[in-house]
Amino acid sequence: MKKLGMPIGVALILIWCLLPVVWVISLSFKAPDSITVGNPGFWPADGTWAGWENYRQVWDNDQFKRAILNSLGISLIATGLSVMVATLAAYAIARLEFKGKRMVLSMALAIAMFPVVSLVGPLFDMWRAFGIYDTWIGLIIPYMSFTLPLAIWTLSAFFREIPWEMEQAAQVDGATSWQAFRKVIVPLAAPGVFTAAILTFFFAWNDFVFGISLTSTEAARPIPASLAFFTGPDPFTRPASLLAAAAVIATIPIIVIVLIFQRKIVAGLTSGAVKG
Amino acid sequence: MTTVTAPRADATNRGGGKVASDRARAENRLGQRLVAPAIVLMLIVTAFPMLRALWLSVFNYSLAAPDDREVVWAQNYLTALSDPLFWKTTVITVAYMVVTVAIELVIGFVFAMVMHRLVFARGIVRTSILIPYGIITVVSGFTWQFAFSSTNGFVNGWIPGIDDTFNWFGDTTPAVIAICISEIWKTTPFMSLLLLAGLAQVSEDMIEAAKVDGATWWQRLWKVVLPNMRAAIMVAVLFRALDAYRIFDNIFVMTNGAEDTASISFLTYRQTIEQLQLGMGSALSVLLFLSVLLIAWLIIKLFRVDLAQARQEG
Repeated sequence: MKKLGMPIGVALILIWCLLPVVWVISLSFKAPDSITVGNPGFWPADGTWAGWENYRQVWDNDQFKRAILNSLGISLIATGLSVMVATLAAYAIARLEFKGKRMVLSMALAIAMFPVVSLVGPLFDMWRAFGIYDTWIGLIIPYMSFTLPLAIWTLSAFFREIPWEMEQAAQVDGATSWQAFRKVIVPLAAPGVFTAAILTFFFAWNDFVFGISLTSTEAARPIPASLAFFTGPDPFTRPASLLAAAAVIATIPIIVIVLIFQRKIVAGLTSGAVKG
Repeated sequence: MTTVTAPRADATNRGGGKVASDRARAENRLGQRLVAPAIVLMLIVTAFPMLRALWLSVFNYSLAAPDDREVVWAQNYLTALSDPLFWKTTVITVAYMVVTVAIELVIGFVFAMVMHRLVFARGIVRTSILIPYGIITVVSGFTWQFAFSSTNGFVNGWIPGIDDTFNWFGDTTPAVIAICISEIWKTTPFMSLLLLAGLAQVSEDMIEAAKVDGATWWQRLWKVVLPNMRAAIMVAVLFRALDAYRIFDNIFVMTNGAEDTASISFLTYRQTIEQLQLGMGSALSVLLFLSVLLIAWLIIKLFRVDLAQARQEG
């Protein structure tokens, strides 16, 4: 019983997590015309294997390519800025004594739980007044605000673990302040900053509510919104296999990041929210 | 040595001493300056629009007819609160929240236990558990919608006793089940990672001691492990419950609110963005905000969640 428990548990986790992924990949290889007449089953039925046809069609779609570009640009810029601002705040929270410290943490928590949809109405109105409706900047600002709580919590938990005395120790050994910072503190803090950046990027890449509410054209529409509005050549029947191919492409960046950085992401998620 | 420690002690003593030292004051100033940009950014996109929503909610204001804007005071709120649709939507939203969080808690805990004791294949398990976490919710919605589809999916063929032509999206209950499954699949990893962190805090010695005293596996779980990771469980429940209450993406993609599957978030979105009723939509926004506050308060009070303790600051 004991010996069998673990392999069964592992198998269950793998099936639960990966089955839908395998399914959507399988679906993306079903021929588009077989989808319109109906092609049930987990694998493509005999003679309905489409090869790379769906992927080629999605890739030739300018709207989709533009959405990928928008998503990459907006998410990366928002991640960079958000992590910079969060690093300053997290350093202060982890190392300095100042009035309002608890307030900052509570506020970050409150914002993490904020019902995003209740903001889109007023933001829609405000962004049109400011002329940043349907622009990259109009999405970057809310993404920054909503990723800050997670970034601040994760980073301050990381920073609290850093042995800051080592900076003084390096200075005693003859390093200048800059050298002590660059050679001692930066390498110690970098993994935390990096983890916060990955989690922030996931949030921005995943966002849907702002994506559909604050954009109206392909000028700034990110992937999730674009997928939801993607109807293909015939708007009356959803082209399931095309959408599946587009979904797989949109998931590739996530899978690459997860494959390379899984250890860091798990550490970040578990330390930021629960451990001190 | 004494010259180094003395001012440091002085600075940390800030709370007790009446006259703060220059150093403590400078530290205070620097701290506030460093957090200022983050505070400003968080407020621009939350507090300011929320106040604006409060303001707009007393108007009868439609973007389709902006010139007819007039003050109606609490009329929008009264209309919303006396509309059975609002209450039906609230009930469905609470149902989404309770069902998904309860199931995720169980599955997430099993996953966390497996990951905690795992000695082999750690990388593979970690990677595969992070894929649903990182995947776009809209993609998860599509994946499951197609899986449940009677024309192109596989679920009808796999579950015995279900007709091959059964339409999951033709009635409220099956559609809600399909939406919940997508939501649960996508967010269980988050839950299990939070619980894994909690499990790691339970001392092995205590479990060993219980084992020596003859406690069964089940007793150890309920009497030792669970009580000792209470804080982590409560934080996970709080986070996920508030997240689930805001459910939107899956509904938008899978049913677009048909068959009474709309949540409060979806209703609010529809009023503001699709129908451009900014007055009514703002009133719904305020109600949504208040209900999230109420739920957060209820969970914190009922389960006595102590976030500071969970972060070991207490």
